[in-house]
Amino acid sequence: MKSFLNGNIALCKGAITAGLKSYFGYPITPQNEIPSYLSRKMIEIGRVFVQAESEIAAINMTLGAAVTGARAMTSSSSPGISLKQETISYMAGMQVPALIVNIQRGGPGLGNISGAQSDYFQAVKGGGHGDYRIIVIAPNSVQEMYETAYDAFDLAEKYRTPVMILSDGVIGQMMEPVEFNKLEKKESELSKKDWILNGCKNRKPRSVKSLFMKEGILEENNIKLQKKYKLISENEIKYELYMAEDAEVIITAYGISSRISKSAVKLARKNGIKAGLFRPRVLWPFPSKIINSLAKSNVKFLSVELTCGGQMIEDVKLALNGKSSVEFLGKTDGKLITEEEILNKLKIL
Amino acid sequence: MGKMLSRPKSLKNVALSYCPGCGHGIVHRIIAECIDELSIREKTIAVAPVGCAVFAYDYFNFDVTEAPHGRPPAVATGIKRTNPDKFVFTYQGDGDIAAIGMAETMHAANRGENISIIFVNNANYGMTGGQMAPTTLIGQVTDTTPFGRNSKKEGYPIKLCELLSVLEGSIYLERVSIHNPKNIINTRKAIKKAFQCQIDGKGFSMIEVISNCPVGWSMSPLESIKWVKEVFIKSFPLGVVCDKR
Repeated sequence: MKSFLNGNIALCKGAITAGLKSYFGYPITPQNEIPSYLSRKMIEIGRVFVQAESEIAAINMTLGAAVTGARAMTSSSSPGISLKQETISYMAGMQVPALIVNIQRGGPGLGNISGAQSDYFQAVKGGGHGDYRIIVIAPNSVQEMYETAYDAFDLAEKYRTPVMILSDGVIGQMMEPVEFNKLEKKESELSKKDWILNGCKNRKPRSVKSLFMKEGILEENNIKLQKKYKLISENEIKYELYMAEDAEVIITAYGISSRISKSAVKLARKNGIKAGLFRPRVLWPFPSKIINSLAKSNVKFLSVELTCGGQMIEDVKLALNGKSSVEFLGKTDGKLITEEEILNKLKIL
Repeated sequence: MGKMLSRPKSLKNVALSYCPGCGHGIVHRIIAECIDELSIREKTIAVAPVGCAVFAYDYFNFDVTEAPHGRPPAVATGIKRTNPDKFVFTYQGDGDIAAIGMAETMHAANRGENISIIFVNNANYGMTGGQMAPTTLIGQVTDTTPFGRNSKKEGYPIKLCELLSVLEGSIYLERVSIHNPKNIINTRKAIKKAFQCQIDGKGFSMIEVISNCPVGWSMSPLESIKWVKEVFIKSFPLGVVCDKR
């Protein structure tokens, strides 16, 4: 049986089904449905909800819950995610698994409150300081908001890393039918962790930290992190290909842009243009090898994004490594790109 | 004759990295003794600060997490709300708690979080080379107030206990000092009361410990103790500031 609900609520339901124990948030549009829904739901099911005094406090509360082994989450939108960057860096260095949700809005600065995709660089290049990466997942439907929130905790715990769901105000607030196809995780089913802080009963005291002052120790820890990132890059690539086999022009797009692009591909095919779509479902690690394998001298690429200058296009270019050319179509005035606009661009490529 | 005194179980058998004459070692020992006496070592999760006590997890013999500068009360909130059966305290300096982390401190107190804070006030940023702290005294020379703290430019020393005392969520607040044995004994009593406050589920407690920083103050250890007695605690009066237990 399917339910009809918006992306933000679907995400909450996925996280709760996965065993979300503690949520900490702060109001900001367009993610307000998340704290609003969880403020009631979490209390009803005997879990933790706190409205923090700031986005900074919210993510540090999340850090506190997560070092004790609990499944913990915080959510915000672009300006609030900027505030959280310091602690995301700490979480990466301390190797603390947690879920951070960014329902992107327009920037820079206060920008506006409608959906955007201009936090791509911040999310995948590491918005905080230091030599780190986080896994970035990009759902493109309300169903995927539910499913990626459910899967994110397993992924975070598997690699002891923060995971970000990079969504946007459109997917967060649009309504679609959702199939609740995941099984409720019980606390007893969750993997046992040998690093968490739960009191030193019958064991040696532990600490969780990112400070490595003695000579050589920081380097050692950073090499360990890089090995982990290599492993993630090998194992966690996820993407979707649509009509790309015979395509002469391949659109690269994620999130809401990929939904519009898919319709544009259908429209283009009707107009005799051999178009296809490549959609990264995970943005870091980026599916560079797959993109490179699609590159041919007679295949052009078009990066469609809700950004003004183009962000993901830079990773597409790196992946193509000169084997194909890539053009850009973007928008940031709060309106969505239309299928017709994409079609018109495809016509002149 | 039997052994009268030994290292508390809650302190690891390692050398502390604090400067000669620094008060942190005394405060560490008092905390460790209180935790031993209350038999809560095995359910303690402490939050270490950024500042001189950044290595606290190397010294305390129980679980300790790191926190970004100023954020220990938020981290402690996350730990305690998720694990109400654990004993949670933060160890913080004046810059951490009353400058960069003022919002986290005020709101943790205002929510009445059932946590304890040990706040070591030594009127300067010791770790970074003795810069002005929010608690630096008027006229006090520091690395960044070379002409002495001027209230017209740098404002006034923040009296955190008094500031928190107006919040309804604050349950137990006391300012103590460790400049002589009498005050050390009193500090021990105060910290134990604060910890008991949490164990009894009564809510937010903070003990502000006035401590000396001979290196940061460019004094000998003895001079620094004299300065605490004759100058520092004149500006920061000792005593219970709030007690709603």
